[in-house]
Amino acid sequence: MSTDTSGVGSTPSTTVPSSADVVVIGAGIVGNSVAYHLAELGWRNIVLLDKGPLPDPGGSTGHASNFIFPVDHSKEITALTLESMRQYEKLGTITTCGGIEVARNSERVEELRRRLASSKAWGIPSELITPERVAQLVPFIDPSVILAGFWTPSVAVVDPLQTGALMREQAVAHGALTVSANTEVTGISTERGRVTAIHTDRGDISTDRIVVACGVWSPRIAQMAGATIPLTPAVHQMMDVGPIPELASTGTEIAYPIVRDMDTLMYERQSGADLEIGSYAHRPILHEPDEIPSIEAAALSPTQLPFTQDDFDPQLEDALELFGSILNEPGAGVRHAINGLLSVTPDGAPVLGESPEVGGLWSAAAVWIKEGPGVGRMLAEWMSGETPEIDLHGADIARFYPHQRTKHHVVARANEGFNKIYGIVHPREQWESNRRQRLSPFYAREVERGAKFFEVGGWERPHWYESNRPLVEEFGVPDRPHEWDARWWSPISNAEHLAMRERAAMIDLTAFAQFDVSGPGALDYLQHMVMAQVDKAVGRLIYTPVLAPNGGFRSDLTIIRLDEDSFRVITGGADGARDSSWFRSHLPSDGSVAFEDITSAVCTLGLWGPKARDILSATTPDDVSNEAFGFGTAKRIVVDGVPVLALRVSYVGDLGWELHAPFEHGQRLWDAIAAAGEPHGIVPAGIGVYGTTGRLEKGYRLMGAELDSEYNAVEAGLALPKVKSADFIGKEAYVAARESGPAATLCTLAVDDHTSASGIARYPQGGEPIMTRDGERIVDRKGRGSYVTTAGSAPSLGTYLLMAYLPPEHAAEGERLLVEYMAEQYPVTVARVGRTPLFDPDDTRMKS
Amino acid sequence: MEVLVCVKRVPAPGAKVPLTDDATEIDTRYLGHTIGPHEECAVEEAVRIVKAHGGSTTVLAVGPGAADEQLRYAIAMGADRGVLVDVGAAELDPQATAAAITHAIGDTRYDLVLFGTESADASHYQVGIRVARALGLPIVGGIKGIEFDSDGDGTADSAADSADSDASSDHTVRLRREVADGVEVYRVPLPAAAAVKEGLNLPRYPSMPGRLKAKKARIDVVPYTPEPGGLRKVRLRQPNDDREEAIVLGHGAAAAPAVVDTLEQIGVIS
Repeated sequence: MSTDTSGVGSTPSTTVPSSADVVVIGAGIVGNSVAYHLAELGWRNIVLLDKGPLPDPGGSTGHASNFIFPVDHSKEITALTLESMRQYEKLGTITTCGGIEVARNSERVEELRRRLASSKAWGIPSELITPERVAQLVPFIDPSVILAGFWTPSVAVVDPLQTGALMREQAVAHGALTVSANTEVTGISTERGRVTAIHTDRGDISTDRIVVACGVWSPRIAQMAGATIPLTPAVHQMMDVGPIPELASTGTEIAYPIVRDMDTLMYERQSGADLEIGSYAHRPILHEPDEIPSIEAAALSPTQLPFTQDDFDPQLEDALELFGSILNEPGAGVRHAINGLLSVTPDGAPVLGESPEVGGLWSAAAVWIKEGPGVGRMLAEWMSGETPEIDLHGADIARFYPHQRTKHHVVARANEGFNKIYGIVHPREQWESNRRQRLSPFYAREVERGAKFFEVGGWERPHWYESNRPLVEEFGVPDRPHEWDARWWSPISNAEHLAMRERAAMIDLTAFAQFDVSGPGALDYLQHMVMAQVDKAVGRLIYTPVLAPNGGFRSDLTIIRLDEDSFRVITGGADGARDSSWFRSHLPSDGSVAFEDITSAVCTLGLWGPKARDILSATTPDDVSNEAFGFGTAKRIVVDGVPVLALRVSYVGDLGWELHAPFEHGQRLWDAIAAAGEPHGIVPAGIGVYGTTGRLEKGYRLMGAELDSEYNAVEAGLALPKVKSADFIGKEAYVAARESGPAATLCTLAVDDHTSASGIARYPQGGEPIMTRDGERIVDRKGRGSYVTTAGSAPSLGTYLLMAYLPPEHAAEGERLLVEYMAEQYPVTVARVGRTPLFDPDDTRMKS
Repeated sequence: MEVLVCVKRVPAPGAKVPLTDDATEIDTRYLGHTIGPHEECAVEEAVRIVKAHGGSTTVLAVGPGAADEQLRYAIAMGADRGVLVDVGAAELDPQATAAAITHAIGDTRYDLVLFGTESADASHYQVGIRVARALGLPIVGGIKGIEFDSDGDGTADSAADSADSDASSDHTVRLRREVADGVEVYRVPLPAAAAVKEGLNLPRYPSMPGRLKAKKARIDVVPYTPEPGGLRKVRLRQPNDDREEAIVLGHGAAAAPAVVDTLEQIGVIS
């Protein structure tokens, strides 16, 4: 049944098994880990294939520099890394050496201070150290070149090939795994949109599940099934310089901390007698997956391409500057230099999960050595029908809209993103390439008004309007004194907010993803998909969480009952592709439910503020009084001749409507509202108001910020008074959560004092740790640290708010705590526990 | 001591040499380029000779403009300057290559001209001999040892200090090569040429300061149009591609008889 695979000298079976429960393609760190964890979870008849030989089949795992810096600003990536480190530790394939990220300029020092907040938020001991201390830890560095270091003692190097071999061995020992090396996949068969078989040069395997863990080759393998895995192979240059007596004399692979020279986008690590130098500073060098040389044709390995010296030359001088004392050593030469291939995705995150294009085809691609083992476990849990322990929404392959899966987009963003790998990336930073993909019908009007566009899901959305700059003075909105806090932000947003609260605002919400769900099975289907009661009167709308099987959040969205058997589902643009994939994958097979994505057919204009009714009634013959058109209902009305589906709902807490119209009527709708609003002082407002200031004042939660699969509805304060009788995904866990009570509760905190040590006001941006007044990290009983999920101004409250989950002992209004930002601590007070809004707590404004 | 080393830009393939569709060229789209191992030894030897005796090392390549990369590699190893005889993309036969080198050398006098004993791709074993003949220099091939009679005068360092390139013409060089039943030593008057073989020395890796120096080093480009005619390549052919596989003979002590059988079969024991 199983084949010995313990390394060199193993015998690949001459033919592959004729059927399998799952076939994993790719025996790099990811494929091995997926196979191993599937076996651990009880899967049998697992086949692991690789075109190359074992233990190093020639992919990126074989030439990676194998070090792990655990601290990342992303919670998801950090969690995957920490889980991976636990696995490497368990297998004895990790060597802890410590690591230092050094700063050569003051902007990077600030970034390291910001990094300190992330390390505290995710519970990883790190500290900022002086150049002298750096030189104590790494005696051959020139401390005069640097200003500071970010020291993480837990930084380590690992052996991913040995790890993979041990994982295979254990899976084989379970009697669960057959390994076939030197086996080339030649095709994948599908029927009715699902995989049915895989074809290899050693025979065919019938299977309904395939995992593509092929690294840089993943797009090519997925293409065999008619699916896309959006990544591109890109070059990462590295060289080994040695022998260096000072390193050789340690007699070990690594005795000194690894140094990341962040400002030159390079790293240097000891590798035995050599110093390995890697760079992300060179021009992006992208390759085609189809044009990677074969194992036989490659001089070293398929993913170790010929070194292109010219690209590296500028880095030589940078390296000599920092490590001159050893690199100038007589006899130390460049012993090995490669253009190593790694995978780059359009947004820099991994590509994990079942393909939304082909059922049963799972992607486990674009994963670094530091995340590989953890990704394997999460994917195995996911494939077993569980909710992965770590929320993976940022890595979900379903996050890509169709245009984001194109080579056009992948190449454009990979070119732009490559140098961000070690760059200083602002949390609100916008991409510049391949913009203007999806434009609402209001776009021309928005450009006329000087909209500053941010992108979501390929849509261009105004974040604020320069035409509103006079409002800043009118409302006396203060600016933010520090450039970092003010980057990708404008006081105009706060002014737009105040104008909305006083008069009215129109907000482009066309980026919503919208689905029409209809048919005799529609009600039962939606009842099964979401937490809230869907069986409401026609014309009612509901807001509901969509739960994952573990009771955590999958999504949150609005459902309108248009007719007995007809519903509209409206969800955020950021998560529309994931939601679409989730809903489609759960459709009944009997055809009783029709699911139609109508996003491209509908435009949406939000109209909110105390003057909203006056404005709307001036454009429509329909009765929009509170009596005729109450809160939480939908009506079809006509606005200046345009048929509109109007929803009496608000995410900003003011009186008003979402106006949904056929896409091509959009401009007319905009013009009608703008004209009717003019006498009332209407302003266009951007997503800065809709997504942050208005939302925060009302305590509304955002998917991907407050809501993810690691927190449940009780903790988020979104539990409903009653549990509906209908069964739904996550119900069991939801009921259990109601009984056990929250391990942490989502709270809103107000910053009491913004004054930094340098005397200027600073504004946390999100992701920072919340600590006790004694500076202790706060961790709940599930081991989750408290951190800022959203930060932003509350202009109508005259304060600055943070949202964070706090364990019961701290979730008390008036509780005084600290937030750490840029290595300084600021006092905060819990202003609200749970979901009751701070602004207009009784919702009188929006319900009036 | 003025030393000239002639090197050739060649593809650096893996186990299998990829060919273009018409099988007339090596498909170099995904290959790097290098100089052959014999030539690396020649560069290393030249650098050592100059360190010991003073003078300078010039490295010369006949090839496309891109051969600049190989010259800079040699300079990074310690050569002082480069000469690129730019003949474009055309592949030259040994006769034309030798003519190009001879043309580029012109009236420049080198005490020692070093070649690899054969190129890493074509292996014609001809260019060194043809150049030496054209220049009227004695040449010996397959060289694995080069010594100067002055080497006995002192250590390499002190020899370098007292080096006098004018006096070097009075020296002879001893060239050593291995033959089936021993070693042949040739004493040759300078100026001379030698075609050297891998094993002559252990070539160094270019240092990082060397790389930086090479980046800025001067490369003289000599345009040259080869004469028509000479050898013509018809096509290249891949040797048969048999996939080899490891066979597990067994596990633990039970595998011993099978191991013995196999060792007998392949003649290791009897």
